[in-house]
Amino acid sequence: MNNAIDSILIFLVLTDLILLGSSRLKNAIRFVALQGLALGLLPMLAHSQGVVWHAVLLGAGSALLKGFVFPSLMNRALRETNANREIEPFVGYISSLLIGVGVLALSFWSGARLSLPWEAASLLLVPAGLFTVWTGLFLIVARRKAITQVLGYIAMENGIFTLGMVLVEAMPLLVELGVLLDIFVAVFVMGIIVFHINREFDHIDSDQLAALKEGPP
Amino acid sequence: MNTASMLHPLLALLLAPLLPGVINRTKAFFAGRRGPPLLQTYFDLWKLFRKGAVYSRTTTWIFRAGPIVNFACLLAALMVLPLGRVAAPLSFAGDLVLLAYLLGLGRFFTVAAALDTGSSFEGMGASREVQFAVFAEPALLVGLAALARHAQALSLTPIYAGLSSASWSVSFPMLALLGMGLFILFLSENCRIPVDDPNTHLELTMIHEVMVLDHGSVDFGFVQWGSSLKLWILGALWTGLMPPGATGRPLLDLAAGVAWMLVLAVATGIAESIMARVRLLRVPQLLVGAGVLCALGLLLTFR
Repeated sequence: MNNAIDSILIFLVLTDLILLGSSRLKNAIRFVALQGLALGLLPMLAHSQGVVWHAVLLGAGSALLKGFVFPSLMNRALRETNANREIEPFVGYISSLLIGVGVLALSFWSGARLSLPWEAASLLLVPAGLFTVWTGLFLIVARRKAITQVLGYIAMENGIFTLGMVLVEAMPLLVELGVLLDIFVAVFVMGIIVFHINREFDHIDSDQLAALKEGPP
Repeated sequence: MNTASMLHPLLALLLAPLLPGVINRTKAFFAGRRGPPLLQTYFDLWKLFRKGAVYSRTTTWIFRAGPIVNFACLLAALMVLPLGRVAAPLSFAGDLVLLAYLLGLGRFFTVAAALDTGSSFEGMGASREVQFAVFAEPALLVGLAALARHAQALSLTPIYAGLSSASWSVSFPMLALLGMGLFILFLSENCRIPVDDPNTHLELTMIHEVMVLDHGSVDFGFVQWGSSLKLWILGALWTGLMPPGATGRPLLDLAAGVAWMLVLAVATGIAESIMARVRLLRVPQLLVGAGVLCALGLLLTFR
């Protein structure tokens, strides 16, 4: 039981590291989707009273959304924008990986120091969740393509979901469903924005949006 | 210490040249060819050891010492290396660091001998070898540190003696991470396919082969035997992780270790058949990945 949770969390950490180190957008989308699917199992395993219907519903809903709906939206955006890979990220891939290891150690360190109201289902839960949140933030900051930034946003939500597992006994279903709905709307809107940026400027490099200004009349 | 642990270094010396044969036969099977005979490396060694040596006048004693010192380092490493549950002939606190440094010393002399020829081609190979070692050696040490912390011991023999099927069910994630990390290291340190292609003599891809181009005859024999031994040594670090635990009969443990070694050779052949060599610029990324896997394993032992 505990080993299964640990394996899922380690899978989460490893996919985070792959996200930090890979340049292919298609692979990145696939790995974020796999994260979502794996996290769908977590509420059932983390619940101490065995299978509880709202935990199952929560897991199934989030797996459906993150494993199938988001990837298909993102793949659509990818197809329409003809962007295959991140060409020149602000932070290189090897240094991203090394930063990732440092942040991982940091999240283990701070995870051990956080005092939790409940005993977490696994000692890895908090570090893995924190690391995923930070990976998402890092992707948003350090990558150029708008699609990777959306991916970072979803990865961040995966991290928040993982951290939420500490409170799985106490958290009402409605709160988590509300978060999921927010994310869904956000990804939907971002997909549309990515499409429009691409149609307007022929690329989705968000850093060049800073140079946006009105032309001479 | 018992007969099995005395037998292991001898067995390693005798059986190591079989591993490249098994790998090549597996690759040939995947490609639909018949492939070279299983004992091809032995034939090569037999041929090389009967030849006379020719040395270039521009080389010094360093060039001649290279293969010998490398082989001697690997022999010394065999003395502290357990094979699965079979204890090593020598075991003392800190021998895992000695093992890493012996491999490093062997590498240093191979590189120095390559530089001694003054050939720019060999200098290129030496530079690549050292560049990748910068990433591979920390990963190996971190992996060994994780194992040492898991077993609460500083010597390879007790570290590997403590592992069994039970430890797989207790700390499955950590052992799986280390298994993946050490397998990548095994492939890269032995210049197998995701890093180097042992088949080609193309300057774009070569690392290890290019460093030994000027060695001939007996020296080259020791180079080849040495590279099979390195395959065995790094392989033993990986196979030791695998179940089953100690059976109580040392000879049975030895047989299990050798069987796992053959499984590893077949797995290497399969990996080489289904993977492409990664671009040279991406190799550091692969090795950092291996280091990350080992580091994650180490972090898991701190719970």
